[in-house]
This record gives sequence, C-alpha cells and structure tokens, in this order.
Amino acid sequence: MAIFPPQTRIWWNEPVAKAELVWIAVAFLWGLFMFFMMIYWHIYGKQNLSPVVGRIDPAVFEQRTSEFAEKFKVREEGNLGIPVAKPTAGGDAYMLARTFEWWPVLELEKGKSYKLHLSALDVQHGFSLQPINMNIQVHPGLEHIITLTPTEVGTFGVICNEYCGLGHHVMTGRIYVVEPGQGR
Amino acid sequence: MTDAAIPANVLGTLAAKFRTCPATGLKVDLAAERLIKANAVAAVVFLMIGGIFGLLVALTRWPAVHLLSSDMFYLVLTAHGLDVLLLWIIFFEIAILYFASAIILSSRIAAPRWGWVAFALMIIGGVMTNIAVLQGDSSVMFTSYPPLKAQPHFYLGLILFAVGALIGCFIFLGTLVIAKEERTYEGSIPLVTFGALTACIIAVFTIASGAIILIPTFLWSVGYISHIDTLTYKLVWWGMGHSSQQINVSAHVAIWYLIGAVTVGAKPLSEKVSRGAFLLYIFFLQLASAHHLLVEPGLSSEWKIVNTSYMMYLAVLGSMVHGMTVPGSIEAAQRKNGYTHGVFEWLRKAPWGNPAFAGMFLSLVMFGFLGGISGVILGTEQLNIMMHNTIYVPGHFHATVVTGTTLAFMAVTYLVVPLIFQRQIIWPKLARLQPYLFGLGAAGISVFMMGAGTLGVARRHWDITFPASDVMLPHGYPPMASLMMGLNGLSAILAATGGALYIAITVGSILFGKKVDASNAAASLGPMPKKIVRDAVTKYGDAGTWHLPGTYVLVALFFTTFVLYYFVNWKYLSELWPMQ
Amino acid sequence: MADEPRTESALPLERIPFMQRLLDNPFMLLFIGVVVPTVVYILWGVMEITQIPLAK
Ligand code: HEM
Ligand SMILES: [Cu+2]
Ligand SMILES: [Cu+2]
Repeated sequence: MAIFPPQTRIWWNEPVAKAELVWIAVAFLWGLFMFFMMIYWHIYGKQNLSPVVGRIDPAVFEQRTSEFAEKFKVREEGNLGIPVAKPTAGGDAYMLARTFEWWPVLELEKGKSYKLHLSALDVQHGFSLQPINMNIQVHPGLEHIITLTPTEVGTFGVICNEYCGLGHHVMTGRIYVVEPGQGR
Repeated sequence: MTDAAIPANVLGTLAAKFRTCPATGLKVDLAAERLIKANAVAAVVFLMIGGIFGLLVALTRWPAVHLLSSDMFYLVLTAHGLDVLLLWIIFFEIAILYFASAIILSSRIAAPRWGWVAFALMIIGGVMTNIAVLQGDSSVMFTSYPPLKAQPHFYLGLILFAVGALIGCFIFLGTLVIAKEERTYEGSIPLVTFGALTACIIAVFTIASGAIILIPTFLWSVGYISHIDTLTYKLVWWGMGHSSQQINVSAHVAIWYLIGAVTVGAKPLSEKVSRGAFLLYIFFLQLASAHHLLVEPGLSSEWKIVNTSYMMYLAVLGSMVHGMTVPGSIEAAQRKNGYTHGVFEWLRKAPWGNPAFAGMFLSLVMFGFLGGISGVILGTEQLNIMMHNTIYVPGHFHATVVTGTTLAFMAVTYLVVPLIFQRQIIWPKLARLQPYLFGLGAAGISVFMMGAGTLGVARRHWDITFPASDVMLPHGYPPMASLMMGLNGLSAILAATGGALYIAITVGSILFGKKVDASNAAASLGPMPKKIVRDAVTKYGDAGTWHLPGTYVLVALFFTTFVLYYFVNWKYLSELWPMQ
Repeated sequence: MADEPRTESALPLERIPFMQRLLDNPFMLLFIGVVVPTVVYILWGVMEITQIPLAK
C-alpha cells in the first residue's frame, strides 16, 4: 500500500507494464507536440504578442498620446468630450490607460495595420478588447507596441480586466472599425 | 487510549509519547497528533470564513442579485482569495506534512516546540492580514500588484505566515531524518510520504519567493523603498502564487494514493513510475508560474515557452501518469477484491457511500477533466491571449483548487477525524452526501465561470452591465454572459451548502462524535467494499494486475477530450485580429 | 543506503541503482527542486526584465 514502504529493497528495477509505457509515450509525444505548436505559431500563426517593448516615463507617454489625439482628432464623444482619433492607415496609434479610463477612442480602418502603442500612467491595467476577446496586460513605465489589423467593421469595447482600484469596473474605452476610406 | 511512553529519554525534552492506532497499528506520536489537530482546525476555520466570502462574491457577480456594494465587493474578494487560497490550503498542508512524516513513518516529530512557533506565526500572520483587509484600506486583491498599496500590516502578516509555514516544512524534513536514523521504517519512504516530500520541496521554493518579494514590498509600504518594479514584482510573486498551487497538486495526489490505499487496499502499480512522476514535479512543476505572465510586455517568448510548458510539458507528463496510475491502482485492487465483471464493475461497486472514497474519486476526475485540461489551454502562450484575466481564469482554478485540492482535503478529513481525532463521524448519511453536493456546486462554478470567460467577462469585476449612468463608453456583453454568471451564482449556493455541511460535520464530529477505540476502529473509517483483500496487488508489472480495461477507457476518454479541446481553441485563436 | 551493513547469511546485497538513491535523498531533491526554478524561471526572467531597452 502507498502508506507503507515499497516491498522490495530495489524497486527501481521492477519491470514497468506495457500499458503504462504506452501511456507514458503517448503523453510525452503529446507534450512535445504542444511545445512545438507554440513555436510553429510564432512562425506561421498570425496572433502573437509583440515583443516590442521599451521603458518610458509615464509623463512622456502621456505627452505623446495627447499630441497624437490632438493631431488625429475627428470628433469628440461622451459628456466629457473624449477625443476620437483616426490615425493614418498603417501608422502609429496611441492609447493610454489611467484610473479609470482608456484614452482616447480610436477609429481604425478595416484590413489596415496599425502600430498600437499601449502603456499605463499609474497602476497596471488590463487591455481587453471585446467582443473579440483579446487581452493584454498594460504596465506603467513600459510602452508596448503592437501591430494590430482589425478584420471586421463595428464598435468594439475596451474593458479593463486587471483590478486597478475601486473604480475598476467603470474603466472602459472604445475602438471603432470602419470600411477603408469611410468615416462614421 | 493506549498511552505507551517509550523509555524516558535521557534528555527529558526529547522523550516522545506514543499511542498505537487501533485501526492501522501505526505508532502515533502524541506531539505530532496535537500539531496536526491544531493545524487542521485552523484550516477548517479559515475555510469557513473564506467560503462565506466566496458565496458573497458569487452572489454579487450574479447580475440579477448584485449583492454587495462595489467597495465591499473588492474587499470581500481580497479576503476570499487570501483566506481560502493561502490560509485554508496551507494550514491543511502543514497538517498533511506532519501526518505523512511522523504518523505514516511511526516516528516522533522533529522539534514539536518549533511546530508550535510555526503555528503561532501562521495564526498571527493570517489574522493580521485579515484585519488589514477588513479595515478596508487594503483591497488590493491577494496578489497586491504594486503600485497598488495596502497597509503595511497586510504584507507583514503574509511574511509572518510564510515564515511559519517554512518552519513547518523544515520540521517535516527533520522528521524524515529522525525516522531514517531511528529506523522506524525499512527501505524507502512510502509513496504517500514521497508525495508529501514533493509538496514540501515545492513549498520551500514557494515560500522563499514570497519572502523575497514581500519583504521589499513591506518596506516600500512603510516608505523605506521608493519604487517596486511592477514586472519584477509580478515575476517573483507568481513564483509564490502559482507554485503554491503546485504544492496543492502534489499534496492532493499524495492524498489520492492515501485514500485509495485505505479504502480499497490499492497499492501503487509501480513505485518507479509513480515516484518518477513526482520527480518530474520536483524538477519542472514550478516553472508554470509563468502562466500568469504570458501576455506581459517585456518577457521574451523563449522564456515564456520554456517556462509555461514546464520544460516541454514534462510536468504535465507527470500528471498524466498519475491520472492513469491512481485509477489504475484502484481498479487493480478492486479486481483483486473480486469485482472482475465487465469493464466497470470495479468502479460501480466501489465504496461510493464512503465520503472519503467518493470525494477522492470526484476530485481525481474533475481535477483532470476540468482543471487539468483548461490549465494546459490557459498556459499555452498564444491561447492565453483569449483568456488572460477573464473570468475563465478563476473558472479554471476553482476546478483545480476547489474540485481538486479542496475536495481531496475534505475527503481525507473523513479519515483524519477517526484516525487522529479518534472520533466517529456524526451524521453518516449527510456525510455521504457531502462530497457530491460540494463537488457538483464546485464543478458548476468552475464550468460557468469558464463559460463566461470565453464570452469575455472580466475577472475581479463588480458590474459587467456597464450602465451608461456609470461609464462613459458603455459596453454590453452577450446576454449569455449574464446567464452564465447567474448559473455560477446558483452553483455557488450549492457549493456553499456542501461546504457548510462539511464544516458542521467536521466540527460536530470532533466535539460530539463517539470515541474511536479498538472495538470500532475499522468501522469508523466508513463503508468499505463488501469484499476486500488486503495487499491487493501482489507483484509489480504482474500481467494479472495489468488487466485494467476500465482505466484504459477512462484515460482514452480523457485524452480525446484534451486533444479536441486543444484544437478547438487554436481554431478560435486563428479567428482573432492578426497581431504581431 | 548503498553501503548498508551486509548480513552474513544473505548474498552480497545488490547495489541500489542511482535513480533510486536519488529518489531516497530528500536533500538532493530539495536542492534540485529549488535550483531549477530559481535559474530557469526567476534568474532568467529577472535578466530579461533588466534588459528591457529604453523606449525610443
Ligand atoms: C463556496 C465555495 C466558493 C465559491 C462560491 C467561490 C466563488 C468565487 C468567485 C465567484 C470568485 C470571483 C471571481 C472574480 O470575480 O474574479 C472567486 C475567486 C477566487 N476563489 Fe473562490 N469560491 C469558492 C471557494 C474557493 C476555494 C475553496 C478556494 C481555494 C482553495 C477559492 C479560491 C479563489 C481564489 C484564489 C479567487 C481569486 C481571488 C482574486 O481574484 O483575487 N475559492 N471565488
Ligand atoms: Cu484599469
Ligand atoms: Cu481595472
């Protein structure tokens, strides 16, 4: 029994049954497969987290984001007038996280790639794009540049899914995706 | 009680007193027994407190009920994570370590006084952190990611608790040394003790990581350090946060073997294979701490892939091996016991009326199918993009740590109460029901949270309806998400009922249960298979033993589910917006 | 364990295989179990974090 010491003095040399060996082999090969699947996806897959990251002073990031929003503003939204920025297709886009908002709203064109710069100003936040359900952690002091290509037209919510304080649940943002060449 | 003092030691302090267990014949060190009792009772108390918090959280997350205010919700959620994940589990694990060393090896426990120091530190620490949370200024979740800042005594309490637990680990190791020197057993330690050793080793790394990161964080909270790097904190913190879950895995696998042995007479099919599987845990299981850092900026994919895969899934291999050898050893024993008809007679006629066995088998199946599979999916670097920080994550870990670990710990309680507390279980009929009730509820919370998570619902989130009155840019989840969260609330009520029953039975039995003595010792362990042949498996690798068709079917079913679910998730991933 | 005293009556005891001796040695296991994650997970990870470049 498992609560008594092994019965034989040398148990390491006991034979292992064939069924057990088969299962060990299957499980081992499946593990290898799953391991190489991740590598395969880095080479051939289209959804991989960008490795482009740099340390940045939150104040600098805030500054750059405001300049971006200023430059590309197409309209304002909400009672507080959040700017909606429509960056040039293929260009840079900025979105910052702070308690408790994602700022600014972005308007992107379907099928175009954008370099999305993400960072936080205060604590960690969770960039959660809905209903696509893509989730990326956002740290203060780290600028993460992600190349993103929207594939469908619509209104997408950005929620915060890292607990960031007592207003965590009111922290929302938005991304609009429109047909190329059109606005809303 | 047969208190037989061994010849008084020259050094009076070393003299240990023993009694002989009427059911197993093991020599029980009374000092170890007292420590086990204290730690187990503390564990149950914190489970009760934490369980109530869990119910409140679930009822708040049920949109139609939405019980607590937002401030209270975050406070209670912090307390829930803390009380169940750290306090309940680790107190119980310390009890298991003492049991698996001193009791199973019939040895005296090393340094019982230090055992009490450890216990006191853990209690003081646990209470201190709870106070910090309940005071309301430390709703930072039990992960306490800086720069969110809690009160200093929040961190201090955790540090004291960790130091206490570390002392407990060294007492376990010390007891192994004593048992070996005093030759209380022959040859190698029993498999259950080896499983506990695995847990202890992982615990040492876990607690060390915790101390390394919490001490500077404490200093930061009192103002001696100006800055804590958010990413480094997270890296080291999860060395504790996730590895502690690996302590659970090792501990509850050990318990599966223990309960299999006691209830149906199961014996490991192969010591080599089972221990080899634990060895893979010792080597690689702790690397999985990277599961929490897969969508983090600033760590390379190489680091992520090597760590998240536990070095090419070698630790998963260990789990898959246990997944076969545990049911396999039960099937072998039951076939030896005479249940040889068809593929599943051994399982049908297993002692399902014994809560220890029922809880253990449910724990095994649900840990594997719900927790294990979802864990590997979550831990796949790219698939994590679809799930990170959604409520899929708590769904997954309630399958591991609640239907797996907690249920296994509950199951073993039905043996610990008669063996250690020497009391019979009161209300045997209700006790029979308890594992099913709790298991069903816990499976419900796991599955429905996972379901809501695939629809994007965030974890740790007070209000998923985003009313336009509160938020500037409203967002709506699909109605299915609210349904899932409602079903989660209903399951939570079931689980809480099962949990309350467990606590009532345990506490009631300890206080009012009939005394266990030689006359009723065997019966006190609950219903056993009608026929039982002790020492069920006679030889390793013996062809007769290895006719285990039922286990093969279970394993094949598991593997098929695993593979299908794995590929379904890659398919979903391929439909996301391309991102580099 | 490997060099247990031999009883006169029995044949010389067979040497215990390396793997079994490893598995019977809690402190060796403790050493491995702490070093592997410390190196592969913590040290490697911290190294990467310290090497994050400054943003342009
Ligand atoms: C009556 C039983 C239980 C119920 C109804 C329950 C329910 C829940 C719910 C609804 C959440 C919140 C998820 C969220 O909003 O993010 C949660 C979180 C959690 N639960 Fe439980 N739970 C129970 C028992 C347990 C047990 C026994 C454990 C551990 C052994 C556990 C560990 C946790 C942890 C670690 C969290 C995460 C806290 C955080 O995100 O900071 N739960 N639970
Ligand atoms: Cu946030
Ligand atoms: Cu948040």
